[in-house]
Amino acid sequence: MALRAIFSKKTPVLASGFGAGSRCLRSGLCQARGVAAVALPDLPYDYSALEPTISGEIMRLHHQKHHQTYVANYNNALEQLETAVAKGDAPAVVRLQSAIKFNGGGHINHSIFWKNLKPVNEGGGEPPHTSLGWAIDTCFGSMEALVQKMNAEGAALQGSGWVWLSLDKGSKKLTVETTANQDPLVSKGANFVPLLGIDVWEHAYYLQYKNVRPDYLKNIWKVINWKYASEVYEKETA
Amino acid sequence: MLLLQQAASVACYGGLMVISSLPPTLSPQPLSWRKKTPKIKMKSGQCIMRRALIISELELKPPPYSLNSLEPHLSRETLELHWGSHHRAHVARLNSLIAGTDLDGMGLDDIVIATYNKGSPRAPFVHAAEVWNHDFFWQSIKPNGGGQPSGKLMELIERDFGSFSRMLKEFENAALTQFGSGWVWLAYKANKLDVGNAVNPCPSEKDNKLIVLKSPNAVNPFVWDYSPLLCIDVWEHAYYLDYENRRDEYVAVFLEKLVSWEVVSHRLDIAIKRAADRAREDEKDS
Repeated sequence: MALRAIFSKKTPVLASGFGAGSRCLRSGLCQARGVAAVALPDLPYDYSALEPTISGEIMRLHHQKHHQTYVANYNNALEQLETAVAKGDAPAVVRLQSAIKFNGGGHINHSIFWKNLKPVNEGGGEPPHTSLGWAIDTCFGSMEALVQKMNAEGAALQGSGWVWLSLDKGSKKLTVETTANQDPLVSKGANFVPLLGIDVWEHAYYLQYKNVRPDYLKNIWKVINWKYASEVYEKETA
Repeated sequence: MLLLQQAASVACYGGLMVISSLPPTLSPQPLSWRKKTPKIKMKSGQCIMRRALIISELELKPPPYSLNSLEPHLSRETLELHWGSHHRAHVARLNSLIAGTDLDGMGLDDIVIATYNKGSPRAPFVHAAEVWNHDFFWQSIKPNGGGQPSGKLMELIERDFGSFSRMLKEFENAALTQFGSGWVWLAYKANKLDVGNAVNPCPSEKDNKLIVLKSPNAVNPFVWDYSPLLCIDVWEHAYYLDYENRRDEYVAVFLEKLVSWEVVSHRLDIAIKRAADRAREDEKDS
């Protein structure tokens, strides 16, 4: 088993370091700064563990390059923001917002995404026989209908973005939402909690599926981690 | 109309018809392209021509070089997918969306403007604009490109950016900060106040100047009445097979090795003339 998998036997921590006591999984980055920096979370499985659905090459690039870049750029932007705020430089504060939104959103979204996936031999793809399963039947008619809707909306999304199974924690209703670029789900509605997100940026599938995004969407359900989605749902509807 | 076997290989996203197969291997030789020709279709079953339907379909223009000739900078596989699948799919989808509508028979430029609809795009816009953008993109580059511009183009670059390297820097920076899919442009912005849905009561300091700008997804500055001179596609499919996530490397290679400054110069000449003609018209009207 890969070294990474041994380490991941521990509960992976999303190291969004707010204040003291936050764990940081990369060298000293969090401790060195007074700002609330973040770190790249480890994957709870090997890069190749989702094959043949998603190739190890894609997982490695997606995690080590794309997500890591969002983390680095977000931390960089936060540092600049701290300086700008301290100086009272309002134009700089405003100018930094797009980088914070994009890179911070990228970090948030991908951190959820890694938890949304699971190797088949660890239960990936197994549909929920839980309150979430019943809620899906109620809101969409059936699991098949939900999958079809998410696939259709994911395929129709122009450019880059995400397709989500969303829980409105106010009304407790489930809906399918899409967000553009790296906008997190909460940008669609303050009450929206992401249960599942599927990355439809080309980098998520191009090396393997080329321009056939619908094939990627059709296949990804084989490695969806419904256990995680159920846990989030139960926590929010308790 | 695309041949059925070509249509069968179309596979793309964005709500389009999908058949899950890779495109056929394309010949490395450029296809001779035909201009958009109106066809006369006989109503089936009629011996006598009682009524003829004029169908004008836009066709996929091949790049003016073979698909392997941009190697090692852009691989043949990238060109086969980018032109042969992505670009081709937009042509097919556009044709199917405009058939029998008020857009049928219009030239591509007019379709782009009409479907942009002053900032509230209609459904065909994404496909029309992507056909336009990709045609423009293939023409902007060439084998053994790069180097430096000269003449009027270099003169304006130095006037409006300070230096050629500063312009390149601004172009690169725009390409790296286009968050998500989109395009980056070098464009000539003429002194035209009506920019569609934008409120622009005053001429800006950027009028009659070269500028660098970026646009998301399918949008292009043509819809804002600018004159595009050069573009780079920064959708991930444009570079991912060859450069993975290293967009910076792709952009650097594009500028150093691929740009056809002759084409950019030629476009600038047309843009300046267009601006001068319009300025004369405006003067006559006022």
